[in-house]
Amino acid sequence: MAERVAVVSVAQTKYHQNRGDVREAELAYEAIEQVLQETGLKFVEDGTGIDATVSCSHDHWDGQTISDIKIGDVAGAHLRPEEKVAEDGTHAVYYAMLQILSGHHDVVLVVSHMKESQTVRSMIENAAFDPVYQRLIGLDFLTAAALQARRYMYKYGITEEQCAKVVVKNRKNAQNNPYAQAPMGLTVEDVLRSPMLSSPIRQLDAKPVSDGACAMILAKEEKAKRLSDKPAWIKGAGSCYDAFYLGDRDLADCQSLMLAAKQAYDMAGIGDPRKEIDLAEVSEYYSYQELLWMEGLGFCDRGEGGKLIDSGVTQMGGRLPLNPSGGLLSGRPFAVGGMAAVAEAVLQLRGEAGARQLPDVSTALAHGVTGPCGQLQCVLVLGKD
Amino acid sequence: MRQEPFVVPGKLVVPYRYFVGRLASKALIALRDDKKVMGVRCPTCNLTYMPPRSTCGRCFSKLEELVEVGDKGTVLTYTVVYHKEPVHPMEPPFVYGLIKLDGADTALPHFIGEVEPEKVSIGMKVQAVFKDKREGNILDIKYFKPQ
Repeated sequence: MAERVAVVSVAQTKYHQNRGDVREAELAYEAIEQVLQETGLKFVEDGTGIDATVSCSHDHWDGQTISDIKIGDVAGAHLRPEEKVAEDGTHAVYYAMLQILSGHHDVVLVVSHMKESQTVRSMIENAAFDPVYQRLIGLDFLTAAALQARRYMYKYGITEEQCAKVVVKNRKNAQNNPYAQAPMGLTVEDVLRSPMLSSPIRQLDAKPVSDGACAMILAKEEKAKRLSDKPAWIKGAGSCYDAFYLGDRDLADCQSLMLAAKQAYDMAGIGDPRKEIDLAEVSEYYSYQELLWMEGLGFCDRGEGGKLIDSGVTQMGGRLPLNPSGGLLSGRPFAVGGMAAVAEAVLQLRGEAGARQLPDVSTALAHGVTGPCGQLQCVLVLGKD
Repeated sequence: MRQEPFVVPGKLVVPYRYFVGRLASKALIALRDDKKVMGVRCPTCNLTYMPPRSTCGRCFSKLEELVEVGDKGTVLTYTVVYHKEPVHPMEPPFVYGLIKLDGADTALPHFIGEVEPEKVSIGMKVQAVFKDKREGNILDIKYFKPQ
């Protein structure tokens, strides 16, 4: 790569089950204002400020077509470029990186925002399914995830206890994250006693309803070095789609994640992710997904996700801590989820992760996902140097 | 006195007319009129897709060959739904399954009925139960029951 791109500033709101006190633009600005203050950047046309904005939100979730239309005033989009990526926030970061690598822009603001509390999740997710063959039976991402969880657990002998351990670990990690919505001290038994939603997924196996926003500034190498003394370099990026019809894939596998990870590792020059990644933030909407995504990311062999959580490797003191922030299970909104993963990776690389700071972090991975059963995957590898 | 945030209720109700596609049109007519479940075969990949679609996602061939995939199949995975959501078409508990029909290489999500939810299992052989009054959509299959 001729040019390198870095994240030079990140900010998040505290995630909350119902930010009834703010509109989307006000919520987004809580994060945007912080990155403007940290960098001193302004929305100007003379090449000294922010050149463009990329946002991430969803029309159907917001109940407004062109869902970014309402944040223009706070996102620097008045008579200026702003595009929306209606996938996960990681894809917005990916797109902003491409804008800079292409030479089109030098400095880009990325912002994701979501108020899940304003609508009914299952109705939004049901509308994502094919209207002819899948939507009419009433599927949403939870019931689809339950089909995947069952298939994955059956094929590889993953247990409910192993899935519950993910919840216990992440909710515990969240206790050290001031942005986390719902930190909790839980036991495996607490998780297994929570009400069954759609078997084998119980209430505590699913992420809670969440509102929040995340913002960051990306810059090309020369400007990144001027804007921050601790830039986090995007070393690798990959994105991959899987089939739309659920029944076209073996839901026990995550081929699109394996391919997205391969792209990111090849670009970053990573040969063995188990040795070269210091921490990972993955998007686990449901507990089983953290185990399945670990396999897709190559942190263990196929079917070994359960053994990996049992081994303690992914705990805070382990060799490869997963979701030190507490992850999505501790409360993060759709669309913002993966971008918050990037934010945590950046904070850890900068040594600014407070009570949850891990020692000697030089390479961190952030993962985002959209669509039922991990259909669209995005992997970003960030590094200190 | 605490003042609650002021909320304006809203609702988007938008009618759509989804064209089901060149091949699915024929397939849904066959389902409605003859209780036949149709897939489409890709001769290049030697795969039969259910639901039918016009292009093979693997090799980009234009697909033409509708084939009957039968009304019997195998449960690849399932879930028993215990919670309530407005999108659910019936009261809990009820069962969704991913069913690979015998003549297809891909699977169809649908309901599993006429069985205690606890007795459903992966690998179970099931058979489609059709509605008496069929309308030309996937709900013309009421559910799949154990064979």
